[in-house]
Amino acid sequence: MDVVNQLRRQFVDYYTSLHREGFVDDQFTQLQKLQDENSPDFVVEVASLFFEDCEKLINNMARALEQQQRVDFKQVDASVHQLKGSSSSIGAMRVKNVCIAFRSFCEAQNREGCLRCLQQVTHEYSLLKNKLQTLFRLEQQILAVGGSIPVVE
Amino acid sequence: MIKGESKEVWSLNHFAFLVWWIIGLVFVEKWVEFSAELCSWLGNLVKLSRLLGEIHKRTLVKMSMNGKLYGSNCRLSANFRLKKAKETMHGPNSFRKWKRNLLFLWLLGFVSTGIIWFFLSFNSVSPEGNEKSPDSCEEKARILLQHFNVSKNQFHTLASFFYESDQIAFLECARHSGLKKQSSDGIACALKVLCSEKQDFKKQQMWFVKTTVLKDQCPVQVENIPTEHDLSLLEQDTSVSQNAVLLTSLEHHSGRKNILQRSALGVHSKDHCENLSFCMVKGCWLLLVGVILSCRIPGIRWKLRRNRKNEPAPLQPVAQQLQLLLQQKQHQQAQSPAKGAGKWRKKLLVIFVLLGILTSFWLFWHLNQKIILRREETLANMCDERARMLQDQFNVSMNHVNALAILVSTFHHGKHPSAINQKTFGEYTERTAFERPLTSGVAYALKVLHSEREQFEKQHGWTIKKMETEDQTLVQDCLTENLDPAPIKDEYAPVIFSQETVSHIVSIDMMSGKEDRENILRARATGKGVLTSPFKLLKSNNLGVVLTFAVYNKDLPPDATPDQRIEATVGYLGASYDVPSLVKKLLHQLASKQTIVVNVYDTTNASAPISMYGTDVTDTGLLHVSNLDFGDPLRKHEMHCRFKQKPPLPWTAINASLGVLVITLLVGHIFLAAISRIAKVENDYREMMELKARAEAADVAKSQFLATVSHEIRTPMNGVLGMLKMLMDTDLDAIQRDYAETAHASGKDLISLINEVLDQAKIESGKLELEDVPFDLRSLLDNVLSLSSDKSNGKGIELAVYVSDRVPEVVVGDPGRFRQIITNLVGNSIKFTQDKGHIFVSVHLVDEVKGAFDVGDKVLQQGLNLVQDMSSRTYNTLSGFPVVDRWKSWENFKVLNGKDTTEDPEKIKLLVTVEDTGVGIRLDAQARIFTPFVQADSSTSRHYGGTGIGLSISKHLVELMHGEIGFVSESGVGSTFSFTGAFGKGEASSLDPKWKQYDPAVSEFQGLGALVIDNRSIRAEVTRYHLRRLGISVDITSSIESACTYLSSTCGTSAFAHLALILIDKDVWNQETILQLRSLLKEHRQNGRLDVSTHVPKIFLLATSMSPAERSKLKTAGFVDNVLMKPLRLSVLIACFQEALGNGGKDQIQRKKTSTLGTLLRDKRILVVDDNKVNRRVAEGALKKCGAIVSCVERGRDALDKLKPPHNFDACFMDLQMPEMDGFEATRQIRSAESEVNKKIASGETSIEIYGNVSHWHIPILAMTADVIQATNEECMKCGMDDYVSKPFEEEKLYSTVARFFKSG
Repeated sequence: MDVVNQLRRQFVDYYTSLHREGFVDDQFTQLQKLQDENSPDFVVEVASLFFEDCEKLINNMARALEQQQRVDFKQVDASVHQLKGSSSSIGAMRVKNVCIAFRSFCEAQNREGCLRCLQQVTHEYSLLKNKLQTLFRLEQQILAVGGSIPVVE
Repeated sequence: MIKGESKEVWSLNHFAFLVWWIIGLVFVEKWVEFSAELCSWLGNLVKLSRLLGEIHKRTLVKMSMNGKLYGSNCRLSANFRLKKAKETMHGPNSFRKWKRNLLFLWLLGFVSTGIIWFFLSFNSVSPEGNEKSPDSCEEKARILLQHFNVSKNQFHTLASFFYESDQIAFLECARHSGLKKQSSDGIACALKVLCSEKQDFKKQQMWFVKTTVLKDQCPVQVENIPTEHDLSLLEQDTSVSQNAVLLTSLEHHSGRKNILQRSALGVHSKDHCENLSFCMVKGCWLLLVGVILSCRIPGIRWKLRRNRKNEPAPLQPVAQQLQLLLQQKQHQQAQSPAKGAGKWRKKLLVIFVLLGILTSFWLFWHLNQKIILRREETLANMCDERARMLQDQFNVSMNHVNALAILVSTFHHGKHPSAINQKTFGEYTERTAFERPLTSGVAYALKVLHSEREQFEKQHGWTIKKMETEDQTLVQDCLTENLDPAPIKDEYAPVIFSQETVSHIVSIDMMSGKEDRENILRARATGKGVLTSPFKLLKSNNLGVVLTFAVYNKDLPPDATPDQRIEATVGYLGASYDVPSLVKKLLHQLASKQTIVVNVYDTTNASAPISMYGTDVTDTGLLHVSNLDFGDPLRKHEMHCRFKQKPPLPWTAINASLGVLVITLLVGHIFLAAISRIAKVENDYREMMELKARAEAADVAKSQFLATVSHEIRTPMNGVLGMLKMLMDTDLDAIQRDYAETAHASGKDLISLINEVLDQAKIESGKLELEDVPFDLRSLLDNVLSLSSDKSNGKGIELAVYVSDRVPEVVVGDPGRFRQIITNLVGNSIKFTQDKGHIFVSVHLVDEVKGAFDVGDKVLQQGLNLVQDMSSRTYNTLSGFPVVDRWKSWENFKVLNGKDTTEDPEKIKLLVTVEDTGVGIRLDAQARIFTPFVQADSSTSRHYGGTGIGLSISKHLVELMHGEIGFVSESGVGSTFSFTGAFGKGEASSLDPKWKQYDPAVSEFQGLGALVIDNRSIRAEVTRYHLRRLGISVDITSSIESACTYLSSTCGTSAFAHLALILIDKDVWNQETILQLRSLLKEHRQNGRLDVSTHVPKIFLLATSMSPAERSKLKTAGFVDNVLMKPLRLSVLIACFQEALGNGGKDQIQRKKTSTLGTLLRDKRILVVDDNKVNRRVAEGALKKCGAIVSCVERGRDALDKLKPPHNFDACFMDLQMPEMDGFEATRQIRSAESEVNKKIASGETSIEIYGNVSHWHIPILAMTADVIQATNEECMKCGMDDYVSKPFEEEKLYSTVARFFKSG
C-alpha cells in the first residue's frame, strides 16, 4: 500500500509540476476526466495521436521552411494551425503558445522568425513528449501495483 | 444750352457718384460680415482638423501600446464623434449663410448695373430731345418776330413815303416787290386780314391743344412735352404762313396734318415705352439667370461631391480595407477633381473680369462717341442756324436793293419827267437805310452808250470820269474832280444818284472798273443781283462786297433771254455790303455766341478762299462747314464754325466705365476671395476626409484588435485563473493564500472587463441582440446577490432584494443581460458605499407606481412615507440610514408620464430600483455618468477603480429592452438608480429546468409559519418576501418583547401550532431576552401538549456580517439554531431550514446538477467532423463521456456522404478550418441537399418512407471553433449552421448550446 501511496504522491507531484510549469493545462485534466472504464487508455491514445501528428507537422514545416526562397507560408501556416488545434485539444499549453507566435511570424512571412519558432516548437514538443511519457509510465506503474490513478483538480 | 447740359452732366455725375458710394458702403459692410463668417467657419474647421489630428496621433500611439489603453482611445473616439456631430450641425448652416451672401452679391451687382444702365439710356434719350427744343424754339420765335417786324416796318416806310403818290404806281411797285414780302399776301389785304388771322390762329391752337390732350395718354407724356412744344411752335410757324395764303381751306388740312403728326408722336412715345419696358424685362431676365446660376452651381458641386462620396466600398478584410481606404484617398488626391473645379472656376472668373474690363472700355467708347456725336450735332445745328440767318438777312437786304432798283425804274425811267433826282434819291435811301443795315451805301448808275455821252454830259453838267485804278474798289479816298475823264468806250455807266454816304462816286463810270464792269455785265444779263469778290471797303476798312442790280426800262418776263435783258437795261443799282459787321451783328443776336467761332470765306476760287470774316483761330478739333447762298450762283461762300474751347473730358463716360470697372474688379476680387476660400475649405475638407479615413481605419483596427486580443487574452487568462485556483487548493499559509486570492480576483476582474469592453463594442456596432427566453426573475436576483454578497459582507453593507408579489414568477427576456444590468448597478453601489448602510434591489411592476395614492406594496409605501416623514431621527429604511427619494428616480420616465403609448398587453413592464447609501453623485457630474468611460470625476477611478463603462452598457441594454433608466442622487446621502424593461409573461411550465432546481424544496416548507422579529419594517418585509417564496406564512413583530406578547396571545391557535421558525434580526438581538423567549416557547409548547423536541420553533439569527467563530459560538451556546447570513437567498434559506428541520435536501440538488449533460446527450448519434486527429479524438472522448454515440470523419466531403438523408445522426459537430472543403462549405452543401430532399417530400415526388418518415430534414450542425469573434459566429449562421461551441469543449457552454437542440428529446 505504501508503494501505491508513494507512487500516487509521486504522480500527483509530477502532475502538478507539469501544470505549474505550463506544459499542460485544464484541458489535459478534462481529458483525464474523460478517461473511464469504457475507454481506459483514452489519454494515452490521444497523446500518441498527438505525438504522431506533431512529428508529421513539424517535418512538414521544416521541409517547407528549408527552401531558401519562396517559402510556402500558406502551407506552413496551415500546419501551424493544425498543430495549434491539436495542442489546445490535448492541453499542451506551451506548444500552443509557441504556435500562436509561430502563426504571427507566418502571417508576417518572416522566415527567420518561423525557423526560430519551429525550433522552439520542436523543443517544446520533445520536452512535452518526455514529460508525458514519464507521466504515463507512472500511471502504468500505479496500475501495475493495483492502485487507482488519483484525480488531480 | 451748354450751361444746361453741363449742369445735367454734373448732376448725373453726382448721382453716379452717390450710387457708387452706396454700393461701396454696402459692399464693405457685407464683405466684413461675410469674411467674419468665413473666418469663424474656418476657425471651426481648423479646430476640427486639429482635433482630428490629435485623435489620429493619439490613436496611433495607443494602438501600439497595450490593451488596457484602448479604453481611453475609445473615449477619445466618442468625444470625437460628439464634436463631429456638432460640427456637422454647424457646418451646413454656415455654408448656407455663405451661399446666401453670394446670392445677395449677385443680386446687388445686377440691380446696380441695371440702375446704371437704365439711367444711362434714359439720359442718352432725354437730353437730346430736351436740349435742342428750347434753343431752336427761342431762335425761331425771334426770327419770326424779325420777319414780322421787317414787313411791318416796310409797310410803314412805304406808307409814309407814298402817302401822296399814285395808286397805280404803288400797286405796280407792290406787285414787283411781292416776292420779297413773303410773310404777307397782299399789303392792302394784309392790314385787314391780320386780325382775323390772329383769331384763326388762336382757334386753331385751341383745337390743337384739345387734340393733344385727347390723343396723348401715354405715361411718358411728361417727357414729350418739350417736343410737343417744339412741334406746336413749328406748327404755328407753318400755319401762320399757310394761313396767309389759304385762309379758309387750311383749317381742315392743317387739322388732318396735326392728327397725323399726333399719331406719329403717339407711336413714337409708344415706341419709347416699349423700349423702356423691353430693357427692364431684359434686365430682369439677366438677373434671374444669374440668380439661378449662382444657386445651381454649388448645388451641382454638392451633388458631384456626394456622388464621389457614394462610391461603393466593397466589403473586405480589415487590413485590405484599410489599405484600400488609404489608396482611395490617394487616388482621389491624385485625381483631385475638386482642384479641377477650382481651375474651372478660376477660368470663369478671369473671363468674367476680362468681360467686365471689355465692357467698361466699350462703355467708355460708346459714351464718348455719343458725346462727340452730340457735340458735332450741336455745332452743326448752330452753324447751320447761323448760316441760314446770315443768308436770310443778306437776302432781305438784297431784296431791298432789288426793290430800290425797281423803284428807280418805276419812278425815274417810267415817269416823265423823272420823279427822282439826286436829292430825293439821297433822302429816300437815307431814310430807308435801316432796311439795309448791312449796306454802307447805294448808288444808281445810268447806262450810257458812247453815242449818248455828249448829250448826257451836257445834260448833267459833268463829264464821265473813270476810276483811278482798275481794281475792285468802289469808293476811293480822293476827290472826283481829280479823276480823269473816262476813256472812250462803247458804253458807260456813270453814277447819277447816290446815298449821302457815297455821294463822292457820282459821275464815275462804273464800267471803267474791271470788277464792276464784270459785275454790271453779269447783272444785266441775268436780271438778278450779283456780287463782287470781297475787298476792303474804303472807310470802314472792313471787307465788303458790292451787289449790283440791273434796272430795266420795261417789265421783262421771267424767261427773258440775256439779249433781251441787255436791250432793256437802262441803269444799274449798286450797294456795298459790309460783311464783318453783318456777321457780327447777326452773331450778336444769337445765344451761346461765346462758345463758337465763326469764319466766313468766299470760296469762289476753291484753291484760295478769301476770308471775309473772322480771325484765324487755333484748331480745336471740330469744324463744321455750312454753305452760304447769297443769291449769286457764281459766287460761293462758306461759313466755318468751331468751338472756342477744346472738348471737356467726357466725365460721364469716364465715371460710368470706371464704375463698371470698379464693380467688375470688386466682384472679381470677392469671387477670387471666395474661390480661394472654397479651395482652402475643400483642401481642408480633403485633409479631414483623409484624417477621417485614417481614424476610421484605426477604428476598424481597434475592432480587429479587440476581437483578437479578447481571444488571445482570454485563453492565457484562463490558464492564469486555473493555475491560481489550483494554487489556492494547495497547502498555503494565510499570506500566500491571500496573494493567490487577490490575483485570482484580479484575473476575474480583468476577464469581466474584457467582456464589458466587448459588450460596449458590440453595442456600438449594433450587433447586440437580446434573447427571448423564460427565466425566473427571483432566482436570478438571488444569484446576482450571492455573487455580490462577498464584497458587501466584507464592507459590512446590508444587501437585500425584494420582488413585488405582482411580478410574475416567470418572465420572458434576456436573463443574461438583465443580470448584467443589475450586477452593474449593484456593483457600482457596493463600490461607492462605504462600510455603512445598505443596498436594496426591488422589483415592481410599472403599473404599481403609476398611481401614487393607492400603493399597496409596503416597500413602495416606505418610499412615500420617507418623503413625508423626513424629520424623524431614524429613518425607516433597510439600514436606518437616510436614502434619497426613489420616486424621483423614475419621475421622468415616459412610461409613467403616459407618453409611452405602445401598450402591449402581452408584455409586462418591470421597474427595478437599486438603492444605496453611498457617496452619491455630484450634481455637475450627474449629466455625464451614462457616457462611456466617463466617471463622476477623475478621482473616482483613483479611489474606487473601474472604467466607467458599466453604466453606459447598462443604459444601452435598458434601451434594448425598450426601457428607460434614471437615477436620483444626493451627495453624501446616496443614489437610487431605476430602470424599466419590457418582458414577456412566461408560463412556469416553459421554464428551463435549470431554473427549477429549488422547486421540490419549496413544497417541503409549504404551510409552515414563521415569526420575524425586526425593528425595521422594510427589512422585515424583505425577510417576509423570502419566506413567502417558500410558502411560509410570516408574522412580524418589532422587538423580542412584543414577540413574547405575540406568542402569548397566539398561544393555542393554529398559527402557533404551525410556527416553526423564528427569525431575529441582529439589531434586536439580546441574549437575555432570547433566553426569555426560548423558555417562553418551551412553556407554551408544553402547554399546548406538543412534542417539545420536534416542534419547538427554531430560532435563527439574521446577520449581515459575522465571523465564523462568532457564529459557531452562538450556535454552540444554544442561543440559536443557526445564523442566517444576509443577503438572504432562497438556496441558503432552504439549506438552513432543511438542516434545522432535519430534511436532507442536499443530495437531491447535487444529483440534479450532475446529470444534466449526460441525460441530454445519452444515446444521441453525433457526427464529429475534424481534420485534426487529436481534436477529433478529444471531441469524441468528451461526447462519448456524456453518453453520446459518436462517429468521426476527417473531411468535409465524408461528412457530406454521411449526412445525406436519410441518416440517423442527431447532431453534427463541424470543424471550420479543414483542407479541401472547410466547415462552411460542407454545411452549405449539406443544407442544400437537405432542402432538396425536403422539397421533394413536400411536393410528393418521393415518398416520405424512403427518408425514414421524417418530413423535414434539418440536422443541427454546430461549429467547433477556437475563435469567439462575432464575425465568425455570424458567418457560421449565414452558411446554415445552428450554433457554435468553442474548442476545446467547456462543459457548461456545451451544455447550454446542446440543450437548445435536445430539449424535446
